[in-house]
Amino acid sequence: MKDEDLRDLNLPGYEIPPELAGQLAITTLDRVYNFGRRSSIWPMMFGLACCAIEMICAQAGRYDMARFGMEVMRPSPRQSDVMIVAGTVTKKMMPAIVRLYNQMAEPKYVVAMGACASGGGPFKEGYNVVAGIDKYLPVDVYIPGCPPTPQALVAGMIKLQEKIDKQSIKHVRWYDGKKEDSVAVAIPYLGPDLIDPRRIPEIKAKSMELAQPPAPAAEA
Amino acid sequence: MATPATETLDLAVKFPGAVRADTRPGFSGWVVAPEKLLEFAAFVRDELGYDYLVNLCGVDNLPEGQMEVVYNVYKTTGGPGLIFKTQAARVDPIEIPSLVSIWPGAELQEREAWDMYGIRFSDHPDLRRILMWEGFAGFPLRKDWKEAFHDEEIKPYKSRWPDGKHTYAEKRSAYGDNINFEPGFDPEKWVPTDPEEALYAALKKYKSEEKDGIKTDHIIVNMGPQHPSTHGVFRAVVILDGETVLSLKPVMGYLHRNHEKIGERNTFLHNMPYTDRLDYFNSMTNNWGYSMAVEKLMGIQVAERAEYIRVIMSELSRIQNHMILIGMLLNDLGAYFTPALYAFEERELILDIFEAVSGSRMMCNYFRFGGVVRDIDETSLRKIKDLVFDRLPRKIEEFDRLLTENEIIVSRLKGQAILTSEDAIAYSMSGPMLRAAGVPYDIRRADPYGVYDRFDFDVAVRHNCDMMDRYLIRLDEMHQSVRILEQAVRQLPEGPISSQKPSYQIKVPAGEAYGRVEGPKGELGFYVVSNGKANPWRYHVRTPSFVNLTALEKMCVGTKIADFVAILGSIDIVLGELDR
Repeated sequence: MKDEDLRDLNLPGYEIPPELAGQLAITTLDRVYNFGRRSSIWPMMFGLACCAIEMICAQAGRYDMARFGMEVMRPSPRQSDVMIVAGTVTKKMMPAIVRLYNQMAEPKYVVAMGACASGGGPFKEGYNVVAGIDKYLPVDVYIPGCPPTPQALVAGMIKLQEKIDKQSIKHVRWYDGKKEDSVAVAIPYLGPDLIDPRRIPEIKAKSMELAQPPAPAAEA
Repeated sequence: MATPATETLDLAVKFPGAVRADTRPGFSGWVVAPEKLLEFAAFVRDELGYDYLVNLCGVDNLPEGQMEVVYNVYKTTGGPGLIFKTQAARVDPIEIPSLVSIWPGAELQEREAWDMYGIRFSDHPDLRRILMWEGFAGFPLRKDWKEAFHDEEIKPYKSRWPDGKHTYAEKRSAYGDNINFEPGFDPEKWVPTDPEEALYAALKKYKSEEKDGIKTDHIIVNMGPQHPSTHGVFRAVVILDGETVLSLKPVMGYLHRNHEKIGERNTFLHNMPYTDRLDYFNSMTNNWGYSMAVEKLMGIQVAERAEYIRVIMSELSRIQNHMILIGMLLNDLGAYFTPALYAFEERELILDIFEAVSGSRMMCNYFRFGGVVRDIDETSLRKIKDLVFDRLPRKIEEFDRLLTENEIIVSRLKGQAILTSEDAIAYSMSGPMLRAAGVPYDIRRADPYGVYDRFDFDVAVRHNCDMMDRYLIRLDEMHQSVRILEQAVRQLPEGPISSQKPSYQIKVPAGEAYGRVEGPKGELGFYVVSNGKANPWRYHVRTPSFVNLTALEKMCVGTKIADFVAILGSIDIVLGELDR
């Protein structure tokens, strides 16, 4: 570990004697734990649409996300820490995205990159478009733009680092024995339209209500 | 210019009672009775020489109670095309004979028309839904089909303009989300049907066999939709014997963003930024295709300076596209990201110019009907000159030196995945894929648009029909693009950048137009029908990525699974325009 890194880790208010500089840091366990995680966020190699191209640009020469430890794109969800939802989420793709999310190991984060992933964007009214990935997955960082520039993506990822910095090993869900090891979301399926299993009673109630003759609520 | 010309031969006399000229104002071509369609198509192909089916799409003529299918055919020797239509009553089942036996390139396009309009093509070898999933309720592009977030028929919506009392789409929808079900639909009692069933049924059945006392099985492999080699969310299902591909079906629609449905609600100008998002590498050429179609409808000329700016922008776009393609193809061959990083370096420089002139790196939204939206400033022009006269030729040479004679590239690409000239034409391949198969067909020459007829350049063509040629043709085309750019930059005239006054709402007379440009990936066509109102009645995008995939199975069968990745890379697909 380089000197600077240790100095970063050291908590303010604790003086390290000059002869031990670079060899010793007085800090908290959380800080060490988060330092490791925030400095090697591995994104999943998974692009949906236009934003994915800017994601690649952010990895390439000029912007170089490797500076933040985010250059290792993993094609397998099992090895990735963050899912950058880069592009329009369609109904046809939705079951696959949820399955990928469920396959990711904790700790896992979701970044909604661009207008489409955040809320449907210009394609929101489309019949095959899911109006925002947050209808299904918990999102940590939203990045605005259509598409966000590579700088915006880098800024969003730095925001994610800040979020990681604030987490405490005492409270994180993946070490909390009481809860599930990993957050899993019910996988939607493709019927006459996209069916979210969590909303089945609601859908049933509404469709029965709409079927009531003479259906005063049909023009809802 | 490129308006489909009426054949001198009167086809109505040749097919009495079955063919008549399309006399609607603003329309051209022929209307063929469905019974005679196959005979007519064979005649057009064999006797008149229109061997190249470029575009096929459905149109819902709701007021007339008709469903229409439009065919645009061209001659691969060049020249204007022929347009013909066939109409059927808008009563299910709508049956129209399939033209796959005449032009195999119709296969995917007919499946799309079935998916979107419910037009059943009889004798189609594999008529399944293509963009939506099997089991989806309704045919979404029909004019009487409404999406869950439906607001009004056309934009600008009265709820938003001029008073701006908009409501949340979620509140408008019955289910509070972008979903819609039949009244009385019970998700608990509904028996899930497997949307994949028809897909696996369409693949050649796999079987086990006993060879030399060893029992072997064919296996099915699903590649995608999340797979690093598919350049997005494309999926292919392959049946393998060992490593050899026996059968393959492309599965798409994972990025189907409903461009056409949204486009038919938008005003004409509204669609311009949407075209950026089709092939998001080349928003400049996409803009051109669409503005060309609308300019044809309006019958307006483009300002002289704007014509040159258009050429400059789309040729720069072509260069960066081909560079990325080569980088990504090499990625697929295993040169993990090194060539791609070289490519992205140049791409950034070209994107800088796009950003300076249009305001956005990727989504340029730069063209307007009759011109472009902003002029090129001096700094950008100097940057363009630096690139064109100095940097780009060197860098293209560098690519050539770095890659072309690499042993791995040669052994992976040479002689692989042959697609003959005849097949390439029959499968409606376009762009570099067609020219690498030995057909010197380039719309910039064959059916010139803009000011391309003023430039001196060669149509790149290669005759070995293999993957190596598909790689080399991209290098050739970059050289030619630099040549065009050199001339365009030198000749760039002064003057206004648009022949029209800037306006949000334009008047487009009723009629139809098919605008086609030579995009970097192939022929990009926009078929636009106007009924004289503020919105296009039909807005169809014929994209090269989509149509070029028709021949994917043909090229892949018999090769190894690892080559499939390279073949897909050499076709150069981009999901935004593949699924639209």
